[in-house]
Amino acid sequence: MDTLLSSLSNANFQWVLVGSLLLGFASGVIGSFVLLKKQSLISDAMAHAALPGVCIMFLIFEVKSIPILLIGAAITSFLATQAIQFIINKSRIKTDAAIGIIISVFFGFGIVLLTYIQQNSTGSQAGLDTFIFGQAASLVKSDVQLITGGAFLLVLISMLFFKEFKLTLFDPQFAKGIGLPVSFLNGLMLFLVVAIVVIGIQMVGVILIAALLITPPLAARYWTERLGVMAILAGIFGAISGVLGAVISTTIVGLPTGPVIVLSASFIFFISLLFGKKKGLVIRRVRQA
Amino acid sequence: MHALHVSDLTVSYDKKPVLEDVSFSIPNGSITGIIGPNGAGKSTLIKSILRLIPSITGEVKVYGEPYAQQKKLIGYVPQRSEVDWDFPTNALDVVLMGRYRHIGIFKRAKKAEITWARECLQKVGMLGYAERQISQLSGGQQQRVFLARALAQDAMVYFMDEPFSGVDAATERAIIQLMKNWKQEGKTVIVVHHDLQTVEDYFDHVLLLNKQLVDFGETPKVFTLENLEKTYGGKIAFLQKTPSTEKEHHAHGHLAFESE
Repeated sequence: MDTLLSSLSNANFQWVLVGSLLLGFASGVIGSFVLLKKQSLISDAMAHAALPGVCIMFLIFEVKSIPILLIGAAITSFLATQAIQFIINKSRIKTDAAIGIIISVFFGFGIVLLTYIQQNSTGSQAGLDTFIFGQAASLVKSDVQLITGGAFLLVLISMLFFKEFKLTLFDPQFAKGIGLPVSFLNGLMLFLVVAIVVIGIQMVGVILIAALLITPPLAARYWTERLGVMAILAGIFGAISGVLGAVISTTIVGLPTGPVIVLSASFIFFISLLFGKKKGLVIRRVRQA
Repeated sequence: MHALHVSDLTVSYDKKPVLEDVSFSIPNGSITGIIGPNGAGKSTLIKSILRLIPSITGEVKVYGEPYAQQKKLIGYVPQRSEVDWDFPTNALDVVLMGRYRHIGIFKRAKKAEITWARECLQKVGMLGYAERQISQLSGGQQQRVFLARALAQDAMVYFMDEPFSGVDAATERAIIQLMKNWKQEGKTVIVVHHDLQTVEDYFDHVLLLNKQLVDFGETPKVFTLENLEKTYGGKIAFLQKTPSTEKEHHAHGHLAFESE
């Protein structure tokens, strides 16, 4: 408790709280689109594929400059989505298998590079492995500013194009028919996912950030039948998970942030699964009785 | 004046031709049924006209102008099975989607648009279901929501993809009423249809298609036994042979397509 109180009065920690709150909110909102686009697994591949990007940039520039590393993460993340598309289009391999291959290949490559870095460089590589499970405590003010600013921008884009995203997700043919730029909107949604993965991996880690994208909207779906409400609710669930993860992992030394965030989100999901107003199991049982 | 003019439309999937050199002109204020066997390219035809799928060659004109400039005159009712009805939205919201072009990007629907969307729901007898989650509607009700969305588009040329498939009698009547209203308002309706029995009742023009255009024109002239045999490759069976169908080579609603 004392550690918690002393953490709370720490200026850096207050930044981390704001960052985890906004990151969680943005993840929930964008995750709602991902879920309805039925791309949960692809988002997981994108997250895992961020790791080799981080390592390659570190090997090239030999500095732990977060913006440079994150550019690498964005590039390999994006490459992973294109590789999945390519496999689906050009071979007889089905989507799930294509995603499985790409996750393993990119993540495996990332781990190999990470091991190489840890054995061959000195000092400056410290903390690169926090990209795997995330470590909120390792964030400095500039990292958090990047997360906060990025998350804010992504939520803003989601709000501006909300109506168009909704139609593109629900009925892309009709959207195209009325002249919406469907390819552009799909590209923009892909950008949102890559961007949230990239700004989130420091805090949540590549292995678990997809869970922060998917679990809050899944939980929200049990409370509402409207996409707007679902996105906001998913944002709130994501924000709660983010803050809980940041607080608990900072208080207990050595505990990575990602798993705590995901456990918090999963807890909210189970509560929703049971008691959700629209589709919750308990409510359904009560209605049947 | 022709509402729709299509010339030399060719479409292929994976280098296999699906539509070859299809050309026709549909007169204004008509109701046309696109008829042909499974895999004849009926849906492909309207989707390529609407530029939803790419065509290799072909030109589409709407009221004499290139399609791209006339998009706002086009209304579209896709096949009901093509969307996920578990999507978190309600009937009114789906109808409002027909107004997105009018509302404009970055903006929210204003009161006038919502009132208009409600009127459209009322016209198809669905106003009482405006706030209903779409997964809780029956198949026919879902189809009527799609019709209301097309109404909300306030278009001049309407394309409908199998609107009658799997709907109840009330919805069928609603669709027919809507087509008649549109015709009276001088609008043009083009419908992908597979039930030969109802062709003469529903459509004043018929387009017979089997990868190529077999024939197009007024229903009594085009919907003949001879043409149907050409379209379906002789797989036509008579449910009831009547003297008139034999003599005149006209099909009077007693034909059925025998699927293999």
